[in-house]
Amino acid sequence: MAERPTIEVVPGPAECLRLTGVWRVDQAGRLAGEIERTRRPVKALDGGDISALDAAGALLLLRLADRFDIAPEAISLSDQHRALFDAVARAQAADDHEPVVREARWRRVLAHVGGAVAETWAHAVQLLAFTGQTLATLVKVLPNPRLWRPTATVHHMEQTGLDALPLVALLSFLIGAVVAFLGATVLRDFGAELFVVDLVAYAFLREMGVLLTAILLAGRTASAFTAQIGTMKSREEIDAMRTIGLDPVALLVIPRLTALLIMLPLLAVFAMLAGLLGGMLVAVFSLGIPVELYISRVYESIELRHYLVGLVKAPLFALVIALVGCLEGFKVGGTAQSVGERTTSAVVQSITLVIVIDALAAVFFMEIGW
Amino acid sequence: MSESPIVESPIVESPIVIRGLKNQFGSQVVHQDLDLDVRRGEILGVVGGSGTGKSVLMRAILGLRPPQGGQIEVFGQRIDRADGLEALRRRSGVLFQDGALFSSLTVAENVEVPLKAQFPSLSASLRHELALLKIRLVGLSAEAAPKLPSELSGGMRKRAGLARALALDPELLFLDEPTAGLDPIGAAAFDDLLLTLKESLGLTVFLITHDLDTLYAICDRIAVLGEKRILTIGPIDEVAAFDHDWVQHYFHGPRARAAQAARR
Repeated sequence: MAERPTIEVVPGPAECLRLTGVWRVDQAGRLAGEIERTRRPVKALDGGDISALDAAGALLLLRLADRFDIAPEAISLSDQHRALFDAVARAQAADDHEPVVREARWRRVLAHVGGAVAETWAHAVQLLAFTGQTLATLVKVLPNPRLWRPTATVHHMEQTGLDALPLVALLSFLIGAVVAFLGATVLRDFGAELFVVDLVAYAFLREMGVLLTAILLAGRTASAFTAQIGTMKSREEIDAMRTIGLDPVALLVIPRLTALLIMLPLLAVFAMLAGLLGGMLVAVFSLGIPVELYISRVYESIELRHYLVGLVKAPLFALVIALVGCLEGFKVGGTAQSVGERTTSAVVQSITLVIVIDALAAVFFMEIGW
Repeated sequence: MSESPIVESPIVESPIVIRGLKNQFGSQVVHQDLDLDVRRGEILGVVGGSGTGKSVLMRAILGLRPPQGGQIEVFGQRIDRADGLEALRRRSGVLFQDGALFSSLTVAENVEVPLKAQFPSLSASLRHELALLKIRLVGLSAEAAPKLPSELSGGMRKRAGLARALALDPELLFLDEPTAGLDPIGAAAFDDLLLTLKESLGLTVFLITHDLDTLYAICDRIAVLGEKRILTIGPIDEVAAFDHDWVQHYFHGPRARAAQAARR
């Protein structure tokens, strides 16, 4: 059982406080209270009977001495505690610089908002600069087959395209079925079930096919790009490349960008087909529309331009996803935590950008009458 | 100290006692029948070639890795028992190689973590003040306290890690290559700091190092790991005279001569 620390006044004219017991961190709470209660001014402190002292005790002892303006050297202590106490006193005296006082809350909120705005602006500028840099590198690399990196490109094509195919096809198929169901519910009231075919076909050729693909790839591929490049960045592999005279953009970004530029449109075509198939399943089994009718209806009512309107957006989405993914990777700092932060940021940014661009494109094509 | 090296004086207490330790990874035996005593108040430097299991030994003493055989007693209690392990946690501090500071916490918060864990009743302001004291004790300024580990230089991270290791006023301090990655001036300053802290706080230090300067400057005894056991242990001059290939190469290579010349 630890001996309780005490502070008692020595009777007599000496005006001295006698300190006893265990002055250790496990008693620190009680000691701090005792010190608070000690108010009668004294001229000396006698710590010779302190049985155990640690840094926390020494700190409190200093606090006590400070209150009565007693110099730390003037406190009497047993020899075994002297060295520790002196070390603590020295450390405290060497640097009595107080830690920075925190700003007022409203100023911090304002500063936070301002910081976020400035950061968003800086992000946008960075992304634009990175786009320029990548396109310039692409122009340099394309006419020069010696700089092509077919192995890496094909590898990324497999990872971002082929491996994503089952997922993209399944989700598009399901959404196609859902759209058909929705249409059927509404159109049945008008006796116009056949128009379900038009609805599914329009939706998937113009919007859904490519949009679904892009959103899936934004989640799946942008994050992968960020994590891959970010890990290399945090292990200084990117710097190593630069010192060897290799261009990280040409080496890392171009193969990923090319792979995505090739694969995203292809996946989008598959997504369109899968969506039409999902719609057809519902049309056939739930609405009783024969397969032949479904197919001929698609032929008759859908013009080629709808397909083109959808597909023309695909390279744009590919560009956004690849660039955001890679750029966030390059922004990774030294820590493992920052890889996670940048990966999240890449996914959020690329999905947002994909949807914003899609909405703008929809308005644009509407206006030009396509 | 008396001049009788043959019989160990019974008053010398040993915070760490290891008997017949065996460590094994799969079929690869790292330690076999390893005995080691660390005496109270000494800085014991542990050296050995790579792969001799210096870090494995430290992890075994810390209870981070259960050994395949043998006994480890810290403060007279076996660490494979709950009581012993708790005493070990409470009365020792560890500095890992790169500080192992929690990256999402500031330096001050890092130092407060052990205090919070072991003394939850401590008031927040006193805990913070104690953390600042430890930060100052290791020679950092209080300005470093609100910074994140990623904002510190390597040397400062080591000092901050040391402040966290000292948070509970440990009697026993484990250091894994504390001067690795520091420039010679920074390393020498760190050696001085360790010596000062050891003397003022009365620490017993278990120190893994490759740094010959550290060995000559601050270690009371050196233990050489090799051939799955402690090859030899003693003051540096005795160890340097030990007849073993690796020991001779280590202590009598060109770097060792320079370190010896600079010996304080």
